[in-house]
Amino acid sequence: MTPESADRHADSAAAYVHIPFCSKVCPYCDFAVVAGKDDLANRYVDAVVTEIDRSEPWRPLDAVYFGGGTPSHVDPQLLGRALDALARRHGIDNDAEISLEANPEDFSAATAGRFRALGFNRVSFGAQSFDTGVLASLGRRHQGEEIAGSVWNARGVGFQRLSLDLIYGTPGESDDSWARSLTRALDLGVDHVSCYALTVEPGTALGRSVAGGAVAPDPDLQADRYELADRVLPEHGLERYEVSNWARPGQECRYNLTVWAQGEYLAFGNGANGFRNGVRYRNLRRLEAYISAVETGAGHRAGEDRILGWDAELDRLFVGLRRVVGVSHGPGTHALLAGDEGRRLSEAGVIAAGEQRLVVLRPLLTDMVHRAVLDLATPRGWAQGGAADNVSVESHA
Amino acid sequence: MTDQSRIRNFSIIAHIDHGKSTLADRLLERTGAISAREMRDQVLDTMDLERERGITIKAQTVRLDYRAADGADYVLNLIDTPGHVDFSYEVSRSLAACEGALLIVDAAQGVQAQTLANAHLAIEAGLEVIAAINKIDLPAADPEQVAGELVNILGGSPDDVLRLSAKTGEGVDTLLETLVRQVPAPPGDPDAPLRALVFDSYFDAFRGVVCYLRVVDGRLGVGDSIRFMATGETHEADEIGFLTPKAVPVGSVGPGEVAYLITGVKEIDRIKVGDTVTNARNRASQPLPGYTEPKPMVFSGVFPTDGDDYQKLREALEKLKLNDASLTWEPETSRALGFGFRVGFLGLLHMEIVRERLEREYDLDLVATAPSVAYRVGLLDGESMVIKSPQDLPEPMKRREVAEPYVRAMILTPTEYVGPIMELATNRRGVVGNMNYLSPERVELDFEIPLAEIVFDFFDVLKSKTKGYASLDYEPSEYREADLVKVDILLNAQPVDAFSAIIHRDHALEYGTKMTTRLRELIPRQLFDVPIQAAIGGRVISRETVKARRKDVTAKCYGGDITRKKKLLQKQKEGKKRMKMVGSVEVPQEAFVAALRVDDDR
Repeated sequence: MTPESADRHADSAAAYVHIPFCSKVCPYCDFAVVAGKDDLANRYVDAVVTEIDRSEPWRPLDAVYFGGGTPSHVDPQLLGRALDALARRHGIDNDAEISLEANPEDFSAATAGRFRALGFNRVSFGAQSFDTGVLASLGRRHQGEEIAGSVWNARGVGFQRLSLDLIYGTPGESDDSWARSLTRALDLGVDHVSCYALTVEPGTALGRSVAGGAVAPDPDLQADRYELADRVLPEHGLERYEVSNWARPGQECRYNLTVWAQGEYLAFGNGANGFRNGVRYRNLRRLEAYISAVETGAGHRAGEDRILGWDAELDRLFVGLRRVVGVSHGPGTHALLAGDEGRRLSEAGVIAAGEQRLVVLRPLLTDMVHRAVLDLATPRGWAQGGAADNVSVESHA
Repeated sequence: MTDQSRIRNFSIIAHIDHGKSTLADRLLERTGAISAREMRDQVLDTMDLERERGITIKAQTVRLDYRAADGADYVLNLIDTPGHVDFSYEVSRSLAACEGALLIVDAAQGVQAQTLANAHLAIEAGLEVIAAINKIDLPAADPEQVAGELVNILGGSPDDVLRLSAKTGEGVDTLLETLVRQVPAPPGDPDAPLRALVFDSYFDAFRGVVCYLRVVDGRLGVGDSIRFMATGETHEADEIGFLTPKAVPVGSVGPGEVAYLITGVKEIDRIKVGDTVTNARNRASQPLPGYTEPKPMVFSGVFPTDGDDYQKLREALEKLKLNDASLTWEPETSRALGFGFRVGFLGLLHMEIVRERLEREYDLDLVATAPSVAYRVGLLDGESMVIKSPQDLPEPMKRREVAEPYVRAMILTPTEYVGPIMELATNRRGVVGNMNYLSPERVELDFEIPLAEIVFDFFDVLKSKTKGYASLDYEPSEYREADLVKVDILLNAQPVDAFSAIIHRDHALEYGTKMTTRLRELIPRQLFDVPIQAAIGGRVISRETVKARRKDVTAKCYGGDITRKKKLLQKQKEGKKRMKMVGSVEVPQEAFVAALRVDDDR
């Protein structure tokens, strides 16, 4: 994808809807998710609809993303109500991308049809692996074979844009097992693949077991796996466009592109993060707290940060440098390249500055670049957001 | 002026945590020096660090009024002593101002090495020693066993040993009566020319230098012209007073009295602790016996993490010196760490305390190198030199011999740990000498050992080998020649002077291997492979590699949560602040000391 087409998404109007419900919480997951609370789904979607109805009207959305949790775990009709609310309040473009995260085991032909009928036109499957052993240690409920079935079902009802999420570096996974997962994903002919490194997060079941002495993922092995993916997927026409995302040209996830282009996106639901009118905000994370805050009209925001001045420039680099196209030059890239750390990163070939843009050549070291970016002091004459406006507000309900 | 026969001057000798400060508080309370309402715990420990560590660093003094059972009023001057081995110098200073010493021992822990050493100092100084067992209220208290140990050291009968609980106050009245009865009244001729011992001094930002004096002969009055016999300086006595513990100015003091003196001198170096104050117009012919100045024994390079703080570090050291005359330093330049100072300390605790105060009170971010000792080097041309930093060791071609300082060390331990301690001492090139049993369960081990072998982690290893039951005290003995070599550490093929160490040849390989292994663990992975080598001269004796970092990225689903990710990276950056660039390699500041900490049993 060209830098121009990537940067164009800065002008997108996107929305994210969070559906926290799962049949079971995966041991590595640290998102705002719940299991065994399906009885709250109705009230929850009511709250989401209320939140949508109260949002400041924008313009027709060109990308909508239902993530989770497991959106496919709840009754499609509930998601339909949220979609309707978005359409009512903001409008949805005719050619908008409307994505749904789904678990393979939920995607029967019948269910697939119902989602398609609601207007969803892209499905991202939480496949994670095709290896039964790896799936078991990831705590996933589906089998490798089910993935093919659900892809088949999705195609059968007319979904053309399909993506698979894969996780690499699970302890016990072999080189072969990872290579086979990649091959099988490619064999299914999907046009988009996300490959994520298994990450140990504190507060998760995985985090606790690693803290208790269980084997942690090996970062060098994960680097090997990543490099394999970045060799094999492009050989089959899927180009990497962001650290963890590969797509056939033109099939990049528009919602993702919006986030990385520093475009604005609304966010609804518990724990959801949005960026609108220059403010990055987040909703209350706990399901019940969110629902009752919306129901009672108490604030449902957990916090917000106004991104202004120099902060906005650093923010542009922060998100944009995750992309293969990098970012166009600006005061931030110049400051980075002029600093010691930027020079070291250039010399080590981690970043490269062209005439027009700065790019990250070694995506596996992106966090190093990010830290260097966050370290850039506000130059003279720049507002660091403007005193009163830059206040980060945190509330705890 | 106070009736000489009613004065009792005494110190309290106790190991850390054996309850000296609590007892002092109780005495203050009992004598009404301070009301229960004013009572903050441990009034005498004024420095924050002292409060935190429960130790006394600078001697303090307080005057107490006490009406004894015989109905007479007495003045008790309590002269506090520091409780740690590094400060035995200050202990002797305090003892020289007293006629009595109160030896306090924890009823559960028994006699500790420092207490024993300080008790010996008191006996040698001819003081009346009163032994007391504190904390008898503890469930683990074993006063009979401890009394047995004390009798072995001091002689006498177990019945002479007092038993008390400073915490509950039990036994404190008996203690006060015993003090009045057994500590002799101070001798001294009120009509002789003035002789007063300066036993301590400190710098007060408003008043300048404040001296603590013990008058031996004669009288000292406000307005008197006085002469410091060693420095030869003459000043006027602007203010004299008692600390009760509040400062109470008085007109004059006589023999036996303990007082503070303000002369208007602003520079602490101009007042020498140990000096004798006399009257400028009616001079004494002989000064009092003074003290030998303490010599720094342990040296460490101290560098600001941020080179711009060099000046700030110098000023901080100068300010610390105002109240700590034993602190010495000279500028040092390190290729790895830039400009800093090689600072001399009395011992390990002193070093730790100074470093901590520099960082905490002066808000400095410091890198300190592993401590070393002063070596005497004989050169081929017949000259000799003293080096305090490994990087100053001349080339082998130029030197004839290297001698290192030894100490006489004493360890008190339960008998069951004798084996492991002997092994530890022998591994550290110690030569074991006498063994004295204090009781069937506790023994005193004496040995000679190179100071270099104990300056680093000896205490830690000793503690871990004896579950914390053994205690150590040491005093300098002599210099001895040894087969010593300089082991250099190279990072990315560049020698890092701050890691160089002088090691006995027989231990060099072991040291090199340990250093490279530890550094491999301590140095985070970088953008490139970092070879770590240990070398003697040009010969590499051990090698490790920190492999280049391959993955440093959040490769998981983001969900649009930019803020949280930023915060996480911010936090990681804080961690990176504690890094020092050495050439092109990022080294954690802690590595300069932590690399040497052993976790094995050498």
